[in-house]
Amino acid sequence: MSTEPPKIQDYAIIGDGRSAALISNRGSIDWLCWPRFDSPSIFGAILDPEVGGSWSIRPERERKVSRRYLDNTNVLETTFACDSLKIVLTDFMSVTSEQNKQNRLWPEHELVRQVRCEGGDADVIVEFNPRLGYGRIAPKIDRVGKLGWRFGLGTHVYTLRADGDLDCFKQSSSMGTLAKLRLKAGKSIAFSLNFSEEGPAVLPPLGNSAAERLQLTSDWWRVWIAQSNYCGPYERHVVRSALVLKLLSYAPSGAIVAAPTTSLPERVGGDLNWDYRFAWLRDAAFTVHTLFGLGYKDDAKAFVNWLLHATNLTRPQLRVTYDVFGERPLRECELQHFSGHRGSRPVRIGNAASEQSQLDIYGEVVEAVCYFFGKEEPDHEMQKMLRQYGEYVCDHWTEPDNGMWEERDKLRHYTHSRLMCWVTLDRLIEMHQCGRIRGFSIDKFRKQRAAIRREIEEHAWSKKLGAYAQACGDDVVDASILLLAYHRFEDASSDRMQQSHARIRQRLVPRLGLVHRNEQSKNRREGAFALCSFWETDFLAHCGRADEAHEVYEAVLTFANDVGLFAEEIDPETGDALGNFPQAFTHLGVINAALTLRDIEEGGNSMRRTS
Amino acid sequence: MNWLQWLVWGFSGTVILTSILAASQGFGMTRMNIPYLLGTIFTPSRDKAKLIGFLLHFANGWIFALIYVAMFHAFGLATWWFGALIGIIQAIFVLTMLLPIMPALHPRMANEQYGPTVVRQLEPPGFLGLHYGIRTPISVLIAHAIFGVILGAFYVVK
Repeated sequence: MSTEPPKIQDYAIIGDGRSAALISNRGSIDWLCWPRFDSPSIFGAILDPEVGGSWSIRPERERKVSRRYLDNTNVLETTFACDSLKIVLTDFMSVTSEQNKQNRLWPEHELVRQVRCEGGDADVIVEFNPRLGYGRIAPKIDRVGKLGWRFGLGTHVYTLRADGDLDCFKQSSSMGTLAKLRLKAGKSIAFSLNFSEEGPAVLPPLGNSAAERLQLTSDWWRVWIAQSNYCGPYERHVVRSALVLKLLSYAPSGAIVAAPTTSLPERVGGDLNWDYRFAWLRDAAFTVHTLFGLGYKDDAKAFVNWLLHATNLTRPQLRVTYDVFGERPLRECELQHFSGHRGSRPVRIGNAASEQSQLDIYGEVVEAVCYFFGKEEPDHEMQKMLRQYGEYVCDHWTEPDNGMWEERDKLRHYTHSRLMCWVTLDRLIEMHQCGRIRGFSIDKFRKQRAAIRREIEEHAWSKKLGAYAQACGDDVVDASILLLAYHRFEDASSDRMQQSHARIRQRLVPRLGLVHRNEQSKNRREGAFALCSFWETDFLAHCGRADEAHEVYEAVLTFANDVGLFAEEIDPETGDALGNFPQAFTHLGVINAALTLRDIEEGGNSMRRTS
Repeated sequence: MNWLQWLVWGFSGTVILTSILAASQGFGMTRMNIPYLLGTIFTPSRDKAKLIGFLLHFANGWIFALIYVAMFHAFGLATWWFGALIGIIQAIFVLTMLLPIMPALHPRMANEQYGPTVVRQLEPPGFLGLHYGIRTPISVLIAHAIFGVILGAFYVVK
């Protein structure tokens, strides 16, 4: 086995709609936070192989590795093969329907690992090395008779069980517990790691019962995927992206976290390491479009309900991020004891962006809510909330902010923020005209909308660039300009948009299919921002350049890892994934661009334009 | 015996005892969840078990309060400290005698000798309920002592 730590794209994800684990292509769980996405880690080797903790199951001798998800599920299968000998490792977190949970005891959280040997006998190494509280605590692991191995912190209890004999586990000073198992051909052994905090733990048996939970879990994912009405190009990628989104949604509240990880670097060895285990309002409109576009109305409803609940306490002011229950995320701090992913320090938890001023989020929320209600009239409370956002935008749109890229150096008059303020008022005026909202001065909103348009057209247009610029009065190229067409501010085929796109191609596209988000990020040697590639796809599709749109889309899809997952960014030189992983925003882009391409191919206009 | 007082203070004591145990859970002191343990005798469904167990727990509260009241009458004494003493004795009995034999009494509880089965999957509490958290005995003792204090302080022996 290589001594180099795995790269970001070497990981795959499993989860249970409340938490997620990242598993490397070496069979090691290097990231797991229980009970929530933003809880402290139990396994954190992805951020520090020495102190983070991991759980590895691998063959004793190096073998060729291949991975896949079982069809239409989030059950991961890793195969280690050599000649005719194969070791197949199946990983999943148990999930099933609420109806099934009525008939049986079901653990709060369970991660099952089943290793099967095919074609000959093989030695398998199991290293179990949990480190609680982000690697700070090496727990004492106790044997509890036939109930397995137990460790805990406070009332959190973790139980490891196996359907083989765990007595062969040896306590090793530095590596936790270690076992070498001899597996005979055709035999398998299953391990179950269980978590409980609410009450007495439920300890499901293994053997046939584990096989039944695998079946129930697979069925649950397949039933969910079968609810999608997507039929169009790139279906395999759309399905995988939908499954990723479902993994990143927190089932009890409907929130969708941006990514399940913290501090995977945007530049390996650098300090651009952020915690993404929270829900960003910015993703709202995109998320609702996507869920509706695929036919997941219940999921869209759950997300909008979370959105309304989360924003209720702070409105009309909005925070940039919320935790899965709509609370303020952790205050940002650094974990000094972690060396970081491949030396990328500092490792941060919490996110200071939640305190930033970002005016674009009003447009995102209003557009999401408008889209969600469609032709229905929002209730009284909802109308009040929308009016408050409209009034807030009227009063504040002229202010500088941190913008969608959350720059921390200084406030600017970002074009994208202006655009989304325009979207806020435009969508509210549209709703007013259709009689779906009342109680505000339409003339005031129209006047302000026109003023924002004038501001963008006069001050965001850079004569020097011959393109729309990142911010009013500057000359920086930024890919977010493509969203002027996406949000119907300007037609994609207009001269100005075509010129702006040409400038983006010239300055921000290092190779076909990859787009830097702006010139600053390119200068900081960050990777290309994967979502921007999907914006370009959408833009090209909408200005009648469908062939080019397909080319860009297909080019960026080649940068997905072996199981179809994307991080936030892509290294233009090596193609490596960069940033937190897997990233909801990117997978939303995969689906949205596919929906646009499908709609354009079918001769209609894209979904959002007819909403 | 004053039946009305038994009903009122038995109910009040159970409310306080339940609240203390629930708060202990919330503050991370214990995973002991008596309604859930009682309810899972009848159903594996987590939500239904909590509801059934909650009702049973209150019925139990009245039954135990009856024993306390009988003791007050037997000794001709109902004071807060005497109630607390009975509560502590009851807690010690629960922790040392009842909890360790729970796997034999509860149809869905696993035990350390045989491991979990398809039906028996609930983690057993162990001696003093320590499997549910190291501070479980403290919260159980406090909750039962206060249950006794309420009955002893407010029940009047005539």
